Amino acid sequence: MTLSSHPLVRLERLSVAFDGVTVLHGIDLEIRRGETLGLVGESGSGKSVTWLAALGLLPKKAQVAGRVLLDGEDLLGAAETRLDDVRGGRIAMIFQDPASALNPVLTIRRQLGEALALHRGLSGREIGAEAKRLLDLVGIPDAERRLSAYPHEFSGGQNQRIMIAMALAGSPDLLVADEPTTALDATIQAQILDLLAVVRRETGMAMVLISHDLGVVSETCDRVAVMYAGRIVEEGPSAQVFDDPAHPYARGLIGALPPLDGSRRRLVSIPGTVPDPRDPPPGCAFAPRCLHATRDCTAATPQLEEVAAGRRMACILAVHRRALAHREIEFA
Amino acid sequence: MIRYLLGRAARALLTVALVVTFAFVVLRMSADPALVILGPEASPEMIVAFRKAWGLDESIFVQYLDWFRAILRGDLGISMRDGRPAIELVAERIPATLALTIPALMIKIGIGIPAGIWASLHRGTMVDRAVMGLAVAGFTVPSFVLGLTLVLIFSVWLGWLPSGGQDNWVHAVLPIVTMGVGGAAILARFTRSAMLEVLGQPFIRTASAKGVPWGRVIRGHALPNAAIPTVTMVGFMVGTLMAGAVVVESVFSWPGVGRLLVVAVSHRDLAVVQCILLVVAATMVTSNLVVDFLYGFLDPRLRSGARTGGH
Ligand SMILES: Nc1ncnc2c1ncn2[C@@H]1O[C@H](COP(=O)(O)OP(=O)(O)O)[C@@H](O)[C@H]1O
Ligand SMILES: [Mg+2]
Repeated sequence: MTLSSHPLVRLERLSVAFDGVTVLHGIDLEIRRGETLGLVGESGSGKSVTWLAALGLLPKKAQVAGRVLLDGEDLLGAAETRLDDVRGGRIAMIFQDPASALNPVLTIRRQLGEALALHRGLSGREIGAEAKRLLDLVGIPDAERRLSAYPHEFSGGQNQRIMIAMALAGSPDLLVADEPTTALDATIQAQILDLLAVVRRETGMAMVLISHDLGVVSETCDRVAVMYAGRIVEEGPSAQVFDDPAHPYARGLIGALPPLDGSRRRLVSIPGTVPDPRDPPPGCAFAPRCLHATRDCTAATPQLEEVAAGRRMACILAVHRRALAHREIEFA
Repeated sequence: MIRYLLGRAARALLTVALVVTFAFVVLRMSADPALVILGPEASPEMIVAFRKAWGLDESIFVQYLDWFRAILRGDLGISMRDGRPAIELVAERIPATLALTIPALMIKIGIGIPAGIWASLHRGTMVDRAVMGLAVAGFTVPSFVLGLTLVLIFSVWLGWLPSGGQDNWVHAVLPIVTMGVGGAAILARFTRSAMLEVLGQPFIRTASAKGVPWGRVIRGHALPNAAIPTVTMVGFMVGTLMAGAVVVESVFSWPGVGRLLVVAVSHRDLAVVQCILLVVAATMVTSNLVVDFLYGFLDPRLRSGARTGGH
């Protein structure tokens, strides 16, 4: 196996339970170097928990099982000191609400400098210079002076830029951006997404973009994974999944995308609600909301099956339909 | 910030004026000082003379105005009971009170804050529950009960420590412990909930996601934020340095400001009561101002004038 085909991060059967309630049911997912993966799904489907678990950032009461391989090294059960090197140094994460994600009583210099000292071994004067360079990079005007300001003296969009600068401070190989624009105004959202695209081009780092915004994901991501009720239900190259979604849940989400006018939309509502993880329905978790559900759907939980290279789906009907379509082509 | 502090100072002065006025009304209306101080043996002539000497024969309104003007001049009056300036009587007692309340304050801070931090970091463990159980006991048990219990155990049964008086530092141990334990319990609970609140904030997760080791997340990110509400509580405790010992001084017959207050109230010795109230109020006002100043120091959101969220 060559280094480039070797995944950067590989989640294997990653599961999470809180107080005995399983909210993540064995996630399998790979991120290759430099690629962008979109992670979509309604609120509560386990997108954040997946990556918080991978980085050991969940509260202690969370029971995490499976494997999280970074270049083949399992991070679950790694020593805290090792994890501290990985967090921010190999895998960085930014969050939804930038205003509360920054410490209100510490200056930007302190917060940026902390990452620079930890992961780049910088000190004193060097920290100031590098912190200024990072603020310039993410487009904070008057960076030199603004370093001694506090988070409340910046707008939400600027705070998210600062979060991005902090994430870049450790030159990570992967940036996990957990709904980085959900809390921002529409115009600011576009700016932040542009910034992320620029930064990615310049650094070549991989990115996981967790988003409600399917339009954004379809534009920026190489691959997309759709999550529902703690499982990945469909995954594949963005172009394929958006052109021809297979899982009824993905079809519901994507079918509602505005066709060509390019205006972005949030996930439209599919009738019904996400099941309560304490009381999951039998079989396929989506069956109660699925227009096509049959009795077989409630008999067993469908597994994520690879129907073509890099194309996976967890729906007995979708898999069956693909197989039929295949056979028709073959016999035609 | 300056304007804010001036506003606070003005409000504090108004509060003091109201408290002092209220005390005047209550003390004057509830009994006649002449009868209380001269006692049942006094002849009618003595009572009339006493009233005239102290201006008690004027209408209450005139008395109030005279007395308020005197305060504004800085004259806190003379004790009706022994004829000495009230301020002297009170000043004499202050060292004895501080000898109890300052060490007690150090116990409160020295035990309460670390215990609260510790409990917050070991939330839900047996030790957390033990600390919090003690804390509940510490502030639900009235200080006279705790004081008397300590006397029973250490003075009466074990004979290790004296139960009252002020001959040497040994006498101070039980009253100090009595006050310190209850205060430490309150502060521990307060610090714990302040820490838990902060530890649940997204910026703590950001710090961890950045690779900051947990110990440094606590010291560098959580504590500076939790300090803001905790300072309020400590400031309140500093404010009670003068007045917080009334019960304990009575239980342990400790000759401090608190006991003087009890005696002065029972004799309707207005000047002394007023003087103590003013000293107490001045302590509270000062500690409030210091707390406000510290807020500005600890919380940059207040420093720049944009007051977000109230305290
Ligand atoms: N700290 C926690 N304690 C208990 N349950 C949690 C916790 N964090 C997340 N969950 C539960 O895990 C599930 C997935 O949540 P999350 O990953 O935040 O969803 P998403 O990011 O897709 O909106 C939800 O049911 C949520 O209630
Ligand atoms: Mg989320």
